[in-house]
Amino acid sequence: MLQTKLRSLAPKNDVVSFLILAAILLVALPILFDIFRLNLIGKYLTFAFVALGLVLSWGLGGILSLGQGIFFGLGGYAMAMFLKLEASSPENTAIQSTPGIPDFMDWNQLTELPWFWEPFHSFGFTLFAIIALPTVFAYIIGAAMFKRRVGGVYFAIITQAIAAILTILIIGQQGFTGGVNGITDLRTLLGWDIRTDSAKYILYFINVILLLATLVVAQYIRKSKLGRLLVAMRDSEDRVRFSGYDVSNFKIFIFCIAGIFSSIGGAMFTLQVGFMSPSLIGIVPSIEMVIFAAVGGNLSIFGAIYGALIVNWAKTILSESYPELWLFAMGAMFIAVVLAFPKGLAGIYESYVQPWVDKKLKAIQDKKAKK
Amino acid sequence: MFADYTWAELGSIFAMQGFSGLILFSVLLLMALGLAIIFGQMGVINMAHGEFMILGAYITYLTSNLFSTYIPELFGAYFFIAIIFAFIGTFLLGALVEWSLIRHLYKRPLDTLLATWGLSLILQQLYRTVFGPREVGVTLPDWMMGSFQVSEMIEVPVNGMIVMVITLFITVGVFLFLQKSRKGKQSRAVVQNRAMAGAVGIDTARVDRFTFALGCGIAGIAGATFTMIGSTGPTSGQLYIVDTFLVVVFGGAASLLGTIASAFSISQAQSIMEFFLSGSMAKVLTLLTVIVILMLRPQGLFSLKVRR
Amino acid sequence: MKKTISPSRPGTTRRTLLKGLAAIPAAMLLATSAYASDVNSTGLAVTDDTVTVGILHSATGTMAISETGSIQAEKLAIEQINASGGVLGRQIKYIQEDGASDWPTFAEKAKKLLVKDKVAAIMGCWTSASRKAVLPVMEQYNGMLFYPTFYEGLEQSPNVIYTGQEATQQILKGIDWAKKTKGAKKFFLLGSDYIWPRTSNKIARKHIEKLGLKVVGEEYYPLGHTQFNSVINKIKLKRPDVIFTTVVGGSNVAFYKQLNAAGIDLTKEKPLVLTLSVTEDEILGIGGENVEGLYASMKYFQSLPNDNNQAFVKAFKKRWGDDIVIGDVTQAAYLGPWLWKAAVEKAGSFDIDKIRKTLPGIELTTAPEGYVKVHPNHHLWSKSRIGHAKKDGQFDVVYESKELIEPNPFPKGYQ
Repeated sequence: MLQTKLRSLAPKNDVVSFLILAAILLVALPILFDIFRLNLIGKYLTFAFVALGLVLSWGLGGILSLGQGIFFGLGGYAMAMFLKLEASSPENTAIQSTPGIPDFMDWNQLTELPWFWEPFHSFGFTLFAIIALPTVFAYIIGAAMFKRRVGGVYFAIITQAIAAILTILIIGQQGFTGGVNGITDLRTLLGWDIRTDSAKYILYFINVILLLATLVVAQYIRKSKLGRLLVAMRDSEDRVRFSGYDVSNFKIFIFCIAGIFSSIGGAMFTLQVGFMSPSLIGIVPSIEMVIFAAVGGNLSIFGAIYGALIVNWAKTILSESYPELWLFAMGAMFIAVVLAFPKGLAGIYESYVQPWVDKKLKAIQDKKAKK
Repeated sequence: MFADYTWAELGSIFAMQGFSGLILFSVLLLMALGLAIIFGQMGVINMAHGEFMILGAYITYLTSNLFSTYIPELFGAYFFIAIIFAFIGTFLLGALVEWSLIRHLYKRPLDTLLATWGLSLILQQLYRTVFGPREVGVTLPDWMMGSFQVSEMIEVPVNGMIVMVITLFITVGVFLFLQKSRKGKQSRAVVQNRAMAGAVGIDTARVDRFTFALGCGIAGIAGATFTMIGSTGPTSGQLYIVDTFLVVVFGGAASLLGTIASAFSISQAQSIMEFFLSGSMAKVLTLLTVIVILMLRPQGLFSLKVRR
Repeated sequence: MKKTISPSRPGTTRRTLLKGLAAIPAAMLLATSAYASDVNSTGLAVTDDTVTVGILHSATGTMAISETGSIQAEKLAIEQINASGGVLGRQIKYIQEDGASDWPTFAEKAKKLLVKDKVAAIMGCWTSASRKAVLPVMEQYNGMLFYPTFYEGLEQSPNVIYTGQEATQQILKGIDWAKKTKGAKKFFLLGSDYIWPRTSNKIARKHIEKLGLKVVGEEYYPLGHTQFNSVINKIKLKRPDVIFTTVVGGSNVAFYKQLNAAGIDLTKEKPLVLTLSVTEDEILGIGGENVEGLYASMKYFQSLPNDNNQAFVKAFKKRWGDDIVIGDVTQAAYLGPWLWKAAVEKAGSFDIDKIRKTLPGIELTTAPEGYVKVHPNHHLWSKSRIGHAKKDGQFDVVYESKELIEPNPFPKGYQ
């Protein structure tokens, strides 16, 4: 009984894919690349969290959010606020007119810490906020929209507008948020210097393990009844509704999950890159995050991770050697994925690579059987 | 804040502010019209709308250079020729895009969003390669830059008037086209019931292509017009996208009247708030209000009942 | 001020000793070029006949508009230095990276330049946000950044040389000038909504109030805003003598076109418009006819009549084309490689720690803006100037401070 349940949750193919991915991320990449490149890969992988969330909400649930940067930003800013407070100890900021508050507040004539910064002195609260903030935010947006049966293109545009508003707000309230510069110069986490090479290694592995854990959660949701309901809703919302299910609650739930994933990614981004800024929240980064999921294949949780890795990798390489070509390549990628490969890399794998592998395997087996 | 002013001054200022609101209304409406037609007709959000506008602006720039080099004596009138060129150029590009890209995606509206975004990236880089990364200065004939002095305080900007006239002209044109012309009637029929429209012999694919190209052409006119008030550079188009989309979505799909009402209310709200609050806050509050209203009334201000 | 001690590295003492020994034969060779190991004890990309530096600007994205000029200026300076024999007998090679108008990318590329390419210096960054993103990287890996843009101040890093003006250098004399020669009494402050305009306006407001004058309005609009009719109405209502603007980017084009259309003729100076953010570069996009009569307060204008500048403009046009214009930041970017060369030659070494010691006091008599000198706070002494825009997009210099203005990134009484 338990075994069958386990099997349905984790079919053999998925287990193999999971092990391959884990081996690549935990063993192969750290051996192949030095810490500089590995740190970059860590940065790319923070976007894989967002892409995973999008696979669930968009691929499975048919809800395309063009504002995942909002949640990425919430997590990133929560972590950045904590780190910034730690970096702004009264000793470090002795030259300011008000020591003990972040430098940008001092420049903006703030003389005491704003109330909503206070709880971020606590690491426990910060971790809580990284999960709770996106949940609440996603719940409000989701409840307002899905209860009224807003979906599709409308939902996409509205999430996009919210991302734009959040950016304008953060930039405008620079005394409280660091403005367009973002929150920079983050140094230590609970006294541990996060800028050293050894710390970067450790953060990379924490990031990968968190990502793999997230992947397991995603797989669980995908294989659960909820996952099947989501697919049913995506394909025929009314039929699910008439079968007696409250469609909007499922949508809100999956949108919250996608938000939480993004938020974790944002927090890991801040830790590995060392700062957070509104340029990661707005319209452009939010749409780019969608392309990671689309390139990987918006139905494939593994594809999401490879998609985030490959697109970002291509961006780094292309912009190092041919900066002019980058936008052409990116644009072409959007169009190609939509037009020619609607299932992304995962689709290519399923329709070309896997049959080929199966054929070879079968040939080998046949040979063995003949002997 | 008004204690130091006479009634006459206040009156003039409010008149001026009302006029600014009207200009903003025209700008928003002109931006949104092309998008609204496309969205209403085929449920496609064209994320490259801003880039089509900038193409119109670049065509205006080229036309102005052409006139000042070859026929400087007619420079005063080049702008109207430029608008026509801008329409033709963007119309043709729109038709090409529809043929190569959009028509494959009618069943997947979310995917058109991504594909047109990709298109916008390509166009941006193309502009950058062709025209350089810097903004280009579009020289306007002198008569278009000044202002009429109505009273001592009230001055009416000529370019604002031109924007309003063009917007009025295009809006009425689109309205008449949709209501009266054969093509317009066909396109409305397709919106209301695609299958039936096809059954009575309307070539729906052709209607779609024409509608998409028309929307792009109007974006081109908008871009040409905005050279009077805004900047022309590879990424200038992005400045307009959020405002434009919100106007269309707020107005409700498939409703020209809705787009007009939506542009009007957003522009008035913003213009009034800008006067009493700081510019940044006014923008945030306007956007927030729009979103809150959309959450309460997701179908937008006006909605058309259609069979899908 | 923040961290004056450079990060200490293991083995420093031994290396210093070895270097001391190595210095003897180097001194004996005198003018001939020293061996790579002698002038470079920290493993920078220096060979016997080349040295590599990095250029880090946005070649793509929204900021490419502004940063192109800086890239061109830095390349020109490097080519000129190479033509005149290089630095310590070495030809400069450069690696150009694209920051793509994206701040994390800037940090990533800066790290690449320092860690992978081991560049001896980086010429780069433009916006404050990109500099703030790059700064921790520069400090951690002990690089040296030459930053060209005029900026808000409030910063001083041992790993950055600021070749543009900080806010007080740009603002104070401009306001004094408006009071003295134009009799201005009421100011309206208008800016794009981010840190540079807000800090600049804060300093401007304090100074205006110190002079006993009045600020009648202060407004900010989001970056990229294109509708300024409301604020123009407010300006008309408040009737200031001076509109003091720090609007940037595409908004600039919209603002001046709409100002003009609303019947505010800049040449009539009622009110007068004084800007910190419109250089010859921006006028290309705005159109000269829309800003004729505008006053700009900065340290450099293309039309400066001195001989240095004549030669610079000529060389720049020869290299990059006749119709190109040169703005304040472009000139400041041009100073970077030259200041670095002077510091390296004075130190006799490419080591960052050594050129950091020699940089303060380095002077450049050949600077297009005239004469500059590095202050111990890593900013430049420079003059304040006011330019009056003409229809052809060039400025007439109508005022020039007699003495060099001391950079003061943490101005007491203005915070």
